[in-house]
Amino acid sequence: MTTAQQQAITDLITKMADDELILGHRNSEWTGLGPIMEEDIAFSSMAQDKIGHAWALYRILQEQLQGQDPDQFAFMRAEADFKCCHLVEMPIGTYDFSLMRHFLFDHAEAVRYDSLQQSSFEPLQQLSRKLKGELKYHTLHADAWIIQLCRAGEESYNRLQAALETCLPLAFGIFEPAKEEQELTGANIYPGERALFERWMDNIYPVLVNASLNMPDPAGISPQFGGRYGEHTPHLRPLLQEMGEVFRLDPTANW
Amino acid sequence: MYGGGYIFDEPNRKQLREEQLHDDPEKLAAFEERIAKGEKIEPGDWMPVEYRRQLTRLIEQHAHSEVIGALPEGTWITRAPGFKRKLALIAKVQDEVGHGQLLYNAAETLGKSREAMINDLLSGKSKYSNVFNYPAMTWADVTVIGFLIDAAAIVNQVANAKGSYGPYCRALERICYEESFHLKQGHDALIELATGTPVQKAMLQDALNRWWQPIMHFFGPPDKVSQHSEKLMQWKVKMASNDEMRNQFLDAYVPKIWELGLTLPDAHLHKNPETGRWEYTDPDWDLFFKVINGGGPCNQERLQVRKWAETEGRWVRKALMKPEERKVMPVA
Repeated sequence: MTTAQQQAITDLITKMADDELILGHRNSEWTGLGPIMEEDIAFSSMAQDKIGHAWALYRILQEQLQGQDPDQFAFMRAEADFKCCHLVEMPIGTYDFSLMRHFLFDHAEAVRYDSLQQSSFEPLQQLSRKLKGELKYHTLHADAWIIQLCRAGEESYNRLQAALETCLPLAFGIFEPAKEEQELTGANIYPGERALFERWMDNIYPVLVNASLNMPDPAGISPQFGGRYGEHTPHLRPLLQEMGEVFRLDPTANW
Repeated sequence: MYGGGYIFDEPNRKQLREEQLHDDPEKLAAFEERIAKGEKIEPGDWMPVEYRRQLTRLIEQHAHSEVIGALPEGTWITRAPGFKRKLALIAKVQDEVGHGQLLYNAAETLGKSREAMINDLLSGKSKYSNVFNYPAMTWADVTVIGFLIDAAAIVNQVANAKGSYGPYCRALERICYEESFHLKQGHDALIELATGTPVQKAMLQDALNRWWQPIMHFFGPPDKVSQHSEKLMQWKVKMASNDEMRNQFLDAYVPKIWELGLTLPDAHLHKNPETGRWEYTDPDWDLFFKVINGGGPCNQERLQVRKWAETEGRWVRKALMKPEERKVMPVA
């Protein structure tokens, strides 16, 4: 593997892991607050999966790409070194927002991991095969709730339509192009953000139709980019401070 | 995590109707005989009014304790230090909410709906364990809760799992199985601090000092002042007295704390070699009743969080209750 490829793949894994970690953190904030207990449990379960995925990805960085210890890397890193997209940084808000974010993000995640099953980078290929089963349940969960709530009356329908409109520019930001992408696409490590975006649109569209939600014209949406290059919303900093609060009391201690 | 041995009984309850006050003596005798033989009572079986009432209250309070108990620890999920602790804590708190769900289901078999129980929780009519009305101030508090309060809960739940009501016993068996993992995890996290840096040790000692009194309160008032326990024990609603359970807990866990070089804030705490029982300074029981009646440091905060969840989630529940088009296909 060339140095440029190593750098590109490190960036790819870092952004994937950071998305998982930060959204896992946000999902875990639903603990005790869910609209029904079953959803409390579901969000908590998905938070575990996401944080678990982040941990697995950081371990690939550590073991294959001379990365740091995952705890140090996740809990001690400066905000500007995080590569997560803006969608995952947003506070949980209300359940309609969190559900729509879960739907849009988890479909993007599923498409990404699905494509990585053919990756020429073995560790990512193996991990994505391992996670396939879990991801299927996340998208099933999201689809079932979106469809059910959209069919259940005006209030819930209107809320989800509004949430979709709020979330789309943020969700488009998941697919912010990477500078060095051709290093990876050329070597069949992954298919690139544009290809993933198109597959994602193909997957979410039928669910939105089924739920009778109106998809705004994608051409009119300006994606919220920046996260992949370390430019973040004001919400990330307090989140990271909270996440590292105990760990930073003594980063050399065992906790 | 369980709410302790104390079943709160609201004062001035409505006068019962005549037939409710007097159970059919023949049916009562047959019922008591079944219990004496160790049979389980199932939802459709005849049961005395008071048995149903006390069990509903017990299981309901237990369910509320699980749900409210998720809050003090839940606030530390986002701050848990490192992946291992973070994942373990989310899984644990998720289990607690799941226990709440199991227990609401068990209580519903006695005729009270989950909604009615949650409404009673929010209005303050129905109680939950006092121990969750104290704040979890540092990470060390999470380890003390995870080890000692879960341990106390297990003492109680293992006893109750041998009780007479089938649905409650079955829920408790499953709960105890999961709680034993929580205990291991709490113990592991606590040992990490106890054997860690001076900062970690000091954090842990401070947390123990603050939590000791709530832990001593956990099993409820001493037997000499605890009301109507006798009938409940005969009916196997209550399986051991408050003092017995407290003693069992102290016997198992005080030595473990001392072995770690930690101290407990009661100079009088010791095991009497002659009686084999633990002696201790009585915790402040006036404070116990004050906290149960809403005067603890976190009562308002805990209920406000639950009220937020109820209010914010109302549209979702409404949508689920009245779908214009029912989804008939299974999701998977």
